[in-house]
Amino acid sequence: MQRMLLAAALVTAALTYAEDFALRGVTVHPISAPEIPNAVLVVTGDRIAAFGPKQTIPKGHRIIEAKGLHVYPGMIDSASVLGLSEIGSVRETQDIEELGDFNPQLRTMIAFNPGSEHIPVSRASGITASLVVPSGGFIGGQAAMMHLDGWTWEEMTVAPSAAMQMRLPSQETTVTGRAFGAGRRTFAEVRRRYEEQMQQVRLFFEQARAYQARKANPALGFKPDLRLEAMMPVLAGKTPLMIVAPKERAIRDAMAFAEREKVRIVLAGVREVDPFLEELARKKIPVVLPDLYQVPLEEDASIDDPLDVPAKLAKAGVAFAFGSYNIERPRNLPFQAANAVGHGLPHETAMRALTLGAAEIWGVADRIGSLEAGKLADLILTDGDPLEPRTQIRQMWILGKPVSLENRHTRLYEQYKKRL
Amino acid sequence: MNRRLFLSSLVLAPSLAAAGGSFFIKNAKILTVTKGRVDGALLIRDGKIAAIGANLTAPADALTLDAEGGYLMPGIVDCHAHVGADAINEGTISVSSMVRIEDVLAPDDVQIYRGLAAGVTTSNVLHGSANTIGGQCSVVKMRWGKSATQMVFAGAKPGIKFALGENVKRSGGGTNFSGTLRYPATRMGVEDVVREAFNDARAYQRQRDEYQTRLAKGERVLPPRRDFKLEPLVEVLEGRRLVHAHCYRSDEILMLLRAAEEFGFRIRTLQHGLEAYKVAKEIAKHGAGVSTFADSWSYKIEAYDAIPYNAALCMKAGVLTSLNTDAPVTQQRHLLQDAAKTLRYGQLTDDEALSLITINPARQLMIEDRVGSLEVGKDADIVFTDKHPLSLYAKVRKVFIDGEVYFDREQDIRQRAERAERRKALIEKLKPAARPSQKKGAR
Repeated sequence: MQRMLLAAALVTAALTYAEDFALRGVTVHPISAPEIPNAVLVVTGDRIAAFGPKQTIPKGHRIIEAKGLHVYPGMIDSASVLGLSEIGSVRETQDIEELGDFNPQLRTMIAFNPGSEHIPVSRASGITASLVVPSGGFIGGQAAMMHLDGWTWEEMTVAPSAAMQMRLPSQETTVTGRAFGAGRRTFAEVRRRYEEQMQQVRLFFEQARAYQARKANPALGFKPDLRLEAMMPVLAGKTPLMIVAPKERAIRDAMAFAEREKVRIVLAGVREVDPFLEELARKKIPVVLPDLYQVPLEEDASIDDPLDVPAKLAKAGVAFAFGSYNIERPRNLPFQAANAVGHGLPHETAMRALTLGAAEIWGVADRIGSLEAGKLADLILTDGDPLEPRTQIRQMWILGKPVSLENRHTRLYEQYKKRL
Repeated sequence: MNRRLFLSSLVLAPSLAAAGGSFFIKNAKILTVTKGRVDGALLIRDGKIAAIGANLTAPADALTLDAEGGYLMPGIVDCHAHVGADAINEGTISVSSMVRIEDVLAPDDVQIYRGLAAGVTTSNVLHGSANTIGGQCSVVKMRWGKSATQMVFAGAKPGIKFALGENVKRSGGGTNFSGTLRYPATRMGVEDVVREAFNDARAYQRQRDEYQTRLAKGERVLPPRRDFKLEPLVEVLEGRRLVHAHCYRSDEILMLLRAAEEFGFRIRTLQHGLEAYKVAKEIAKHGAGVSTFADSWSYKIEAYDAIPYNAALCMKAGVLTSLNTDAPVTQQRHLLQDAAKTLRYGQLTDDEALSLITINPARQLMIEDRVGSLEVGKDADIVFTDKHPLSLYAKVRKVFIDGEVYFDREQDIRQRAERAERRKALIEKLKPAARPSQKKGAR
């Protein structure tokens, strides 16, 4: 088995150009439609051309026998710091958090290091695209949807500004981080600080609206403001605010804020969902799940917290996606989804949240997230359920091009296996 | 929330708790880990596994449980955790061998319950990694609801924590360091601390031996002054205390093996040992075990060459290998999943994968005659899951320790509503409106 994998890796490594091909005998999991066993899937250029049980293979397409194997759309990580961080404890390798409270003009896309060792490591689990999210202050910057293969960040960008990252002032008494400093504060003190900061946030949005008005009727000497300019797609409802809101007060605040400012939001990292399930569904507010490897929030919380959050959201009809957050975690994203399935989430809902569901939230479903004729050929070929560690990811294609599943870890493995 | 309140609400139903005698678990797929799989029944008597077989009949006095085709596996052993301890690091000095985790065991730490709920029945509770020679560790059974004394794994061989690399160098200075400088600041200094400590220990040992010899000859001599720092190190020299050494890089691993060999003792386990795969041959030859993470990496520079194939490579080299959590660094509730990852990374067999969290860590702690596999005569530390435990879709339904049910999922679920009610009531009490009115000057 290992030898087969290696051989496959060598073959893919040799193919650095896109080649038209067809998978034959494969079970196709389109996500947008029921699975089709023993089918043919045709890829022409960077697109999925067609698939079906009786699909003919056009001339000039290399045939790949895939009997007993499964093809799925590549998985999407909906909250990562991929390409922005290399070694957790080494500040010099961090490009996630800028100084300042309002930085909508910052773009993760341009700081995305295509040479990061974390990119091929993430791919090995079947992830083909990742929403790269900044943080820091109240508005951290623009999150970009990036393909996990390419020579430059330009080539790798799927959507330069899929979301605007935001964190509202906190009302938590136990806090860490720059906005508050570490430690425990009295609620009165926290509340006073919170009101001040909320005032600043409102003011910033007022400035942005005033700028929007000035821009519509520019007076002589009107000078573009890069920061406020970056807010225009948010105010126009084109780009959603991705608001990090783990606990009840933060979630309530974020929803009220969206209402008042009339902006589109996606909630990220939500933990205390119980009071909001109906409202989130009704208002069609999508959610990025928290890192499911976190401990329960309170000592007396259920042992299933937060692993049962996805099942609750699904039951209520809330759209959601999975996010890794931590630089170490992207490769565990499918395993997190499996944990959610273990805690009551239907398997097909989990698969959808990792693919098409995520693509819909980030406005890229016209190109990625499902197997449909005309969509980009971001594919994974597996020997089983992609959520279980027992399964091996055999091959990957991004934009129709075979992508190596080798990485720092497989290289060290092969190298030191020889020393045994 | 208040620990004690939580604790008191997690008392087991009497029907299960009272059955200290016999349990007969039928219709089970029994993963013994050491002796293959048996589809049948398992009998628990007096806290021990009394029988395992395909055609057992239930004794009349035993309480019968129908596993409904679910799985039984040995209780999970975590060779490196910081659960159930009120303090972790005595990091002010480089050699703190005199301090003991057993003195700070905290049986009401909710992490014990959470680990237990994931099938962990034994934990090696270690001192932290702030200093080269840390404190004495404590092997505990996850007997939630019992006292600190009752948690201790009686008869487990004593151990001590060592640590190498970045964590112990941290107090030696650096860009972000603002505390009091403490030796060592380099890996060179770390070796020196180890050698100096054992040089002292050896001298102390000679002094004690000489005292005994002269005493035996009938001489009248004063005993040497007791040294609580060196005593545990003498035990290490004499093979009476196990060394669990936190380490990352291959160079420091090799350094420690050689330093130990110089003083004539063995390292029992290399904890984390993320680069153990690079010197697996040397580790096997020395006879050390490796207890590593499943796939943690890149959180610091010494973890940049960490690979998820570490466990598989070490195993192939003949090293006694286990997976640990370092909880709360990673969580005990993911230990089964960590084992499952070796099915992908290195393609271990099911039994090999399960051995990483059961019999192997038990061997590393030298408690394998008691726990780590399902065999007749061993402690009835058993995990009951609904699906194959290496599937991420599996859930732990019951956990037995010494034949008693310490975790029952159905019961946990039943108690959630009650707990929520109590929480709500407490919050109501805190609200100003609910307080009796206080007139000015009334007191």
